[in-house]
Amino acid sequence: MPTLFLFGASEGGLFDFDATLPLMAVQVVLLTFILNALFFKPVGKVVEEREDYVNTSRAEAKKKIAEVERLETELKDQLKEARLEAQKVILEAEQDSENLYKEALALATSEANASREKARREIDSQRDEALNQLKSEADNLGDLIIERLLAKK
Amino acid sequence: MGFLPFVFPLAELEVGQHLYWQIGNFRIHGQVFMTSWLLIGALLALVVIGTKKMERDPKGVQNLLEFLWDYIRDLARTQIGEKVYRDWMPFIGTLFLFIFVSNWGGALVPWKLIELPSGELGAPTADINTTVALALLVSLSYFYAGLSNKGLRYFEYYVHPTPIMLPFKIVEDFTKPLSLSFRLFGNILADELVVAVLVFLVPLVLPVPVMFLGLFTSAIQALIFATLAAYYIGEAVEEHH
Repeated sequence: MPTLFLFGASEGGLFDFDATLPLMAVQVVLLTFILNALFFKPVGKVVEEREDYVNTSRAEAKKKIAEVERLETELKDQLKEARLEAQKVILEAEQDSENLYKEALALATSEANASREKARREIDSQRDEALNQLKSEADNLGDLIIERLLAKK
Repeated sequence: MGFLPFVFPLAELEVGQHLYWQIGNFRIHGQVFMTSWLLIGALLALVVIGTKKMERDPKGVQNLLEFLWDYIRDLARTQIGEKVYRDWMPFIGTLFLFIFVSNWGGALVPWKLIELPSGELGAPTADINTTVALALLVSLSYFYAGLSNKGLRYFEYYVHPTPIMLPFKIVEDFTKPLSLSFRLFGNILADELVVAVLVFLVPLVLPVPVMFLGLFTSAIQALIFATLAAYYIGEAVEEHH
């Protein structure tokens, strides 16, 4: 080793304080301002803007999720209502058709009864007529027989 | 190294030698400024490249810068507190970045390939002037932080739990910069010396794990310095109730 200056050397040494110290301090202070302008401020701005963006996006997403959930329950309610209504409509239609069937059946039955009644009445009246005719013919024949008998005597 | 049969060019040890630059009546250590300017230049180049086109979806260097920014913000926020950490974040961050770049630059760049008339290039933080300058800046900062935040009530801190603490707290104001500067200086210089001595003795394989240990130490020292600086500032601005 050529030289190993340590403590107490007249020139050099490990603890050789000189104008390096204040100059280095000034240099570091300058570096602080330069880095503040070039690094800390711009990067901080970007990072904080992103943090804001993420926070607002998250809040918005939460709002949207809440809205979606609200709409979902609303739609489910609507669906339930619609189903109930449909059932009601089906029930009504069934009842209506049954009613119609019954009405038609009643009408048909009554018509059939009426025409049967009418036919019976016609038969009755024709039978009565025929009976009356027979009776009057029998009466005539009887009268004729009596006349003839009386005339023979 | 006349007593050795071979001279390994990387293994020369020149401790305490400096390349002097004369400026008026003052002398400065040229090798410290040469390396620090190169390393600061590299740091600024990285910053300029990374912030040139910043987007909301970070790409490339912007990712690295944002990671560093986040790391420094967490460090400053946990040590200084939510209220004033923003004012001190650039200072803490600059300390961290400058020390980190200096330490790693000193360890990773093969400076010793460059011949100087006197002294040798190395980590700027291996020079006591640099570390004392940084430590004194920290002292000034925490005094300024305390006084600007609390006015003269800052001095309540010296008698805080009881007035018995007064002498200890005054001594602390001297030991804080002393320990800050010597811790950093000692660690980095020792690391450089250990690597140099090992390379000098066994120029193959053996120094490599020590070099990795040196990188680890360098990073840790940068973190320790920045954390302690932030802690001192946080202590000064803390409200006692």
